[in-house]
Amino acid sequence: MDWYILIQQLINGLTLGSVYGLIAVGYTMVYGIIGMINFAHGDVYMVSAYLTAISIAVFTFFGISSIPFLLLCTVIITIAITSVYGWAIERVAYRPLRDSTRLAPLISAIGMSLVLQNYVQLAQGARNQGVPTLIDQVFRIGDGDAFVQITYLQIIIISVSVVSMILLTFLIHKSDLGRRCRATQQDRIMAGILGVNTDRIISITFVIGSAMAAIAGVLVTLYYGSFDFYVGFITGIKAFTAAVLGGIGSLPGAMLGGIILGLSESLFSSFVNTDYKDVFAFSLLVLILIFKPEGILGTPETEKV
Amino acid sequence: MPDRPLLTVSNLTMQFGGITALSDVSFAVDTHAVTALIGPNGAGKTTVFNCLTGFYRATSGELTLRNGDRTIDIVRILGEPFRPTDFLNPWRFATRLFYKCFGGSHLVNRAGLARTFQNIRLFREMTVIENLLVAQHMSTNRNPVAGLLNTPGFRRSEKRVVSRACQWLEVFGLKDDANRIAGELPYGLQRRLEIARALCTNPQIICLDEPAAGLNPRETEDLSALIARLRDDHRITVFLIEHDMQLVMGISDHIVVLDHGVVIASGRPNDISTNPAVIAAYLGDTDTEAYTA
Repeated sequence: MDWYILIQQLINGLTLGSVYGLIAVGYTMVYGIIGMINFAHGDVYMVSAYLTAISIAVFTFFGISSIPFLLLCTVIITIAITSVYGWAIERVAYRPLRDSTRLAPLISAIGMSLVLQNYVQLAQGARNQGVPTLIDQVFRIGDGDAFVQITYLQIIIISVSVVSMILLTFLIHKSDLGRRCRATQQDRIMAGILGVNTDRIISITFVIGSAMAAIAGVLVTLYYGSFDFYVGFITGIKAFTAAVLGGIGSLPGAMLGGIILGLSESLFSSFVNTDYKDVFAFSLLVLILIFKPEGILGTPETEKV
Repeated sequence: MPDRPLLTVSNLTMQFGGITALSDVSFAVDTHAVTALIGPNGAGKTTVFNCLTGFYRATSGELTLRNGDRTIDIVRILGEPFRPTDFLNPWRFATRLFYKCFGGSHLVNRAGLARTFQNIRLFREMTVIENLLVAQHMSTNRNPVAGLLNTPGFRRSEKRVVSRACQWLEVFGLKDDANRIAGELPYGLQRRLEIARALCTNPQIICLDEPAAGLNPRETEDLSALIARLRDDHRITVFLIEHDMQLVMGISDHIVVLDHGVVIASGRPNDISTNPAVIAAYLGDTDTEAYTA
């Protein structure tokens, strides 16, 4: 084992992990507020990947050649449209079922996930899609055979994720909106009786989760360059794992879980075996669930007598 | 002096399947007065509260709340079901649809009715002051970007709501605990915090569901003094459910007695305490039992 491979893999893992963390935020916030697992969230992320490609194509067609400006427009448009998707999914598929059994919205979520996958497959075709490489500069540290290579894109991914997480944390803890979100999370009925429009807060939660997924979608699409209508499934499951790992319902937990998952995946694949990296990731989940079911930063549920 | 009643309940009926929890309940709550709703266990007292705050949808009946010059139909803002006749009247249909989509408990609160629950429902993981700030969200700067950037406007509005929260904390003797986590407070303080929080929504009327439950005699005495202060100093109408008869008789201006979902008596405390129907409801039917024995 060489030091430079280790550092390289740590950087790769951090990149992957921050993306998982961004998507995990959507799972963890929705779970926190209405106690359901939004299985369609991975597919919202997939939709954002398509939106990224479409908006890059459209903006390039209209002659925007400056790459930073192009990316900025792409991010804004993708966030906006993906948020509408998230809002609409909640409005159509979950809200009518809110007062029914716990399983009903879960099944509805799985249905929504299939609807999104098939709708994108029909609309965009089943083939792999791609976006051109827009940013290909790299930092290279070290010389000869022993070097660590960091692409600009990796730096962008990590810093954008960190900044969005910090902004989100501030939003939840410092603003009035965040206060209402936390109140709704702790006692929805009481929040309603104090005049908080809880339906709107739930919608906002879905919008925030989708916006984070959209940021992840743009970043990953630029990073890997290719995607298809099925990417939402495995990425969604991984992000969900990250959310559970960190403690579902906890915001910093989602980010931490994402980073742990990303790091362990990349370290395992480079030092042990690439084929079994997913097995390792999910074994980690099983172990955590056995020994610390509430996750790393989650609070254990106290059963009241 | 009380002119028109603040809250009017007329012909309220609530059925759960085949069980009638409330049948044809009618009473009024006067402005700036303490009205108590009493009755034996299972009489339907909490059901009345739940119908008022949107926890249940009343089967039939009217609930109207007066706030200044406005008269608010509580049943309507909670989102009532459509009726066939609505389709003939587009305006009615539109308002029904609007309240179906956007109505709910929060509008009752914004109309000026606050309530507490029999069991404590604080936001346990938030601090005491934050609990009160949530309740004041209608008067804070709600722009999330302003909060994120901590703009001067946001700070000003925060200062305003914090100072108002502190006023209520002082009234309730909770000032020293402002930054503690609400779930860690002792039981008696949690009860008071719950009332303080409800008051922070700036209500016309506050509905207290067994505020003295679980309090010791001294705390109950303090509470009764507090309720009297709310009425006299803060001009808030109080509507409460309570089992502690000493408290009820001591502070109420008007008492409504409910038994098996029916109003069996209503009037001033003195009349109620001597009313034979009330005594029968509480102690069992003395007429029959006493004479058959």
